[in-house]
Amino acid sequence: MSATKADWPLYEVFVRPRRGLNHVHVGSLHAADDRMALLAARDLYTRRNEGVSLWVVRSSAITASAPDEQDPFFAPSGDKVYRHPTFYDIPEDVPHI
Amino acid sequence: MDAANAVNAAGAGSVAQGDRDLGDLEAHFDAVVGAEQRIEPRDWMPDAYRATLVRQIAQHAHSEIIGMQPEGNWLTRAPSLRRKAILLAKSQDEAGHGLYLYAAAETLGVDRAELTEKLISGRQKYSSIFNYPTLTYADVGVIGWLVDGAAICNQVPLCRCSYGPYARAMVRICKEESFHQRQGYELLMTLMRGTEGQRRMVQDAVDRWWWPSLMMFGPPDGDSPNTAQSMAWRIKRHTNDELRQRFVDMSVPQAEHLGVTLPDPALSWNEERGGWDFGEPDWSELKQVIKGQGPCNTERVDRRRAAHEDGAWVREAALAYAHKQQQKHQQAQQAQQQQMQQQQKQENRK
Repeated sequence: MSATKADWPLYEVFVRPRRGLNHVHVGSLHAADDRMALLAARDLYTRRNEGVSLWVVRSSAITASAPDEQDPFFAPSGDKVYRHPTFYDIPEDVPHI
Repeated sequence: MDAANAVNAAGAGSVAQGDRDLGDLEAHFDAVVGAEQRIEPRDWMPDAYRATLVRQIAQHAHSEIIGMQPEGNWLTRAPSLRRKAILLAKSQDEAGHGLYLYAAAETLGVDRAELTEKLISGRQKYSSIFNYPTLTYADVGVIGWLVDGAAICNQVPLCRCSYGPYARAMVRICKEESFHQRQGYELLMTLMRGTEGQRRMVQDAVDRWWWPSLMMFGPPDGDSPNTAQSMAWRIKRHTNDELRQRFVDMSVPQAEHLGVTLPDPALSWNEERGGWDFGEPDWSELKQVIKGQGPCNTERVDRRRAAHEDGAWVREAALAYAHKQQQKHQQAQQAQQQQMQQQQKQENRK
C-alpha cells in the first residue's frame, strides 16, 4: 500500500502569478506522471486564480547548490564591489548620472 | 552589527574549516533563528528541532484532512445550492491545506505515505476538536466561526515560524482560512434572522462548541512542557494561554453582535488588564479526547483508514496508466526513428 504511494514521484510546482512576472516556486506534490502532476498542481495551487501559467518538474531533476558551500560557492562575486554603480564617486554637481 | 551580518559572521568562520564541528553548526543555527531568518530544508538543524517540526506539521496536516469529516457530513444535506457550493469549496481547501502541510513535512525527510500510515494506526494525533459530532447545520456555521477562528489565532503567528517551508505553507493557508470563518459567521447571521427554532439551533451549537474550541489551544501554560523550547526555536510565538485569551477577546463582541450567549457564567470584562476573564475549561475532558475517548475518535480514524484503503486501486491504476502512456510514447518514438532511417536509406539509394 505505502509502496504504491512511494512510487508516485515528487514534483516541484512553479506558478506565474501574472503576465510579466517570473514563475515562482510554490510547493510540491506527488503524481503518477507529468500530466497528472500538472492537473493536480492546478487543483492544489491555483484554486483562487493565483496563476496564468504552471510548471511542474520532477524534484529529482533539480540540481541544487549545497547550503554548506554557500559562502565559498558565492564567494567569487563577494569582492567585486566595482560591479555596483555606487562604487564610483561622481561629483554632486554632475547632472543626469 | 545588524541581523544579516550576525548570521554571516556566525557562519563564515565555520565554513572555512570544511569539517565543521557540532558546536559551530549549532552556533550558526542559533544565529539564523535569533536573527529572525528562516531555516531551509537542506540547512543543518538540531535533531530535536527536526523531530518537533515533523510532529507538529504532521499533526497539523492530519487535522486538516480529518477536519473534512465533521462538515463533510452535511455536504449532501446542505439547505441550498449556494450553501452546498460554499461547503464543498471549504472542504476542498482543507484537503489542499493538508497537502501543503504534508509537502512541507516531506522537506524534513519524511514520506507522506509514512505519515498517513502513522495517522491511521493511531501513532500520530490530530486536533482534539474534530472528535466532536456535528448534529445540525448550525454546527457548520459555528465550526467556521469558532473552530476556524481559533485556528486562525493559532496559525497567524505560524506564518513567522523559523522553518521556511512551514511558514510559507501557513501564509497560503491563512489567506484561505479567512473565507472559512466569514462564511460560518454569515451562515449564523442568516439563521439568527430566521425562526425561533433556528435561533435555538444556533445557541445549541454554540453551547456545544465553545469549550472544545477553547481547548484547541492546548493545555494551560503550566501543563505544557514543550512550549518553552518551541518558543526558543521560534516555532511557536505565543503561549497557549496567550492565544486562548486573544481568541476569547475576539469572540465575545462577535457573539454579542450575533445575539448568542457564550456558555460561561464567569465571562466578565476585566478593566484592569483590558481583557475578558473567563472560566476554566474542563481539562480532564481534553485529556480523555486526546487519549482517544472523545465521542468520535474511532469513527474519524476508521473513516480515514477506509478512504485510504478504498483508494488503493485508484493509486495503482494511475501508476499503471502512467507506465502505459510512457511505453506508448517510447514505441511511437522508435517507430518514428525507424521510419526516418528508412527514408534516409531510400534517399541514399537514389
